Amino acid sequence: MLRYTLKRLISLVLSLAVASLVIFAVIEIAPGDPALFMLGVNAQPDTLAALRTELGLDASKPDRYLAWVGGMLQGDFGTSYTYRTPVAGMIADRLWVSLPLTIYALVISILLAFPAGIYAASRRGKMGDAAMMGTTQLGVAIPNFWFAMMLVLVFAVNLRWFNAGGFPGWDKGVWTGLHALTLPAIALALPQASILARVMRSALLDVLGEDFMRTARAKGLSRGQALWRHGLRNALIPVLTIIGLQVSFLLAGAIIIEQVFYLPGLGRLIFQSINSRDLIVVESVVMLLVFVVITVNFLVDLAYALVDPRLRTRT
Amino acid sequence: MSRGMWIGSVLTALMLGLALVSLVWTPYPYAQLDIPNKLLPPSLAHPMGTDHFGRDILSMIMVGIRTSMGVAIVAVAIGLAFGIPLGLLASQRKGGWVDEMIMRTNDVIFAFPLLAMAILITAVFGPSATNAIIAFGLFNIPVFARVTRGGALSLWEREFIFAARVAGKSRLRISAEHILPNILGILIVQGTIQFALGIQVEAALSFVGLGVQPPTPSLGRMLADAQTLVTIAPHIAIFPGLAIIGIVVGLNLMGDGLRDWLDPRIRVVRT
Repeated sequence: MLRYTLKRLISLVLSLAVASLVIFAVIEIAPGDPALFMLGVNAQPDTLAALRTELGLDASKPDRYLAWVGGMLQGDFGTSYTYRTPVAGMIADRLWVSLPLTIYALVISILLAFPAGIYAASRRGKMGDAAMMGTTQLGVAIPNFWFAMMLVLVFAVNLRWFNAGGFPGWDKGVWTGLHALTLPAIALALPQASILARVMRSALLDVLGEDFMRTARAKGLSRGQALWRHGLRNALIPVLTIIGLQVSFLLAGAIIIEQVFYLPGLGRLIFQSINSRDLIVVESVVMLLVFVVITVNFLVDLAYALVDPRLRTRT
Repeated sequence: MSRGMWIGSVLTALMLGLALVSLVWTPYPYAQLDIPNKLLPPSLAHPMGTDHFGRDILSMIMVGIRTSMGVAIVAVAIGLAFGIPLGLLASQRKGGWVDEMIMRTNDVIFAFPLLAMAILITAVFGPSATNAIIAFGLFNIPVFARVTRGGALSLWEREFIFAARVAGKSRLRISAEHILPNILGILIVQGTIQFALGIQVEAALSFVGLGVQPPTPSLGRMLADAQTLVTIAPHIAIFPGLAIIGIVVGLNLMGDGLRDWLDPRIRVVRT
């Protein structure tokens, strides 16, 4: 297990290093001088030069890359070109919205998908299965932001159960915050729940055909008991991978859903930064997204090896 | 052919038909403003109503489907054009340095969330349909490279390939003449699925302003315009959304059906 972990860890670090290089290189070839952009075209040459020094723009490219990566390792993401505040703080503030939203959606997705998948698998080939699979086919195809708009139309405008948008902040209480995130989380969860339900169903169907399931039935367990004690655990392996993948989809999806509900999350930060050409913020947020995706995949790989020891030797 | 595949094919053909017809005819010119008749609900004159500029929504959707499908098709074509040769090359010597290099580069691209890639590209080069295509095209390359390599690897073990090698054909020639024709099926299936994904990607990117720019209508672009008006005129959001769902369901059903029809054993990378 240690060898396996070490191997995965090395590939994790390598991936992150390459990804950071790519991001840095792409941002480097961006046209335009951030200092000039901040000061406007009429800026005095000496003010411009001073600002360039302050932002560290006059250092050589390798030095700036190392400074950027080194800073991030210590939690210093640089200073925003437009707001002149530390990027790390800006990101942390926004994460307090985007991260709870992502987790909330993940929980909803699992709560919907598990029963749906188990139900469909248990009624394989019957009406219930067909209906469930038809529903998930539709769920996969519905754009989450469109679904979000429809939810607003029904539950905010017509029924008035929820606010159409905005976020009161966590200091107004956890319930108030969760209430404001409920519609966005449902919209975000629906397509992922559909995918997860399909995976759950096919994983269960694979397991149901195994010999040990027949043995479990032969020793006197009912269908339900066998499914619960032996089927589910073994079906969880593929399901776990998809859940891991979904974390990154949900986080990316949150960025878009936030636009529908006017939530002050990472999404708003990114699009504001793109519009004001605040490239250092864009650079850091993109790196953060890539970091989350690569790290989650790493953790899924490890969880895999824990659940199924056979995978440790295979790489 | 299964029932799902029938439904999928009919849906896809219908949507494709609408897109093609828009080249020669739409009920109204799609860019024609008619402010006095803005935000009209669906009626006989405007089956899907009008938007905030009085433009006919049905006409815009027909052109929008064309734009969205265009974006998706070009991006899939980029993935095919680069992914297939890379996958074939990697499979020729499994575990060799070429294989390692191609597959590790693939892993890095694959690790980039699609949205992060699109954000990076548009932040640097500005938002446009072209840049959305490039972002999704780049994302597609490792998908097709993996599928191609996976399909090709098992073929390299087969007797007829061995026979071709004994006959003195080069690996390159075998790849082109024997491997490629035998993995076309799985590539078509994967292409259909990436096409459906492309429709959704275009919609999402254009919705947040990173994709197709006005005045060109695309399905995502129309939803972006509809966002502030959905509460007073729901129809301007409902129809473009239904069009997206129609295309995606159609393509997905067709892809699944094709897969079962061609070879029930083959596996597709779902992203």
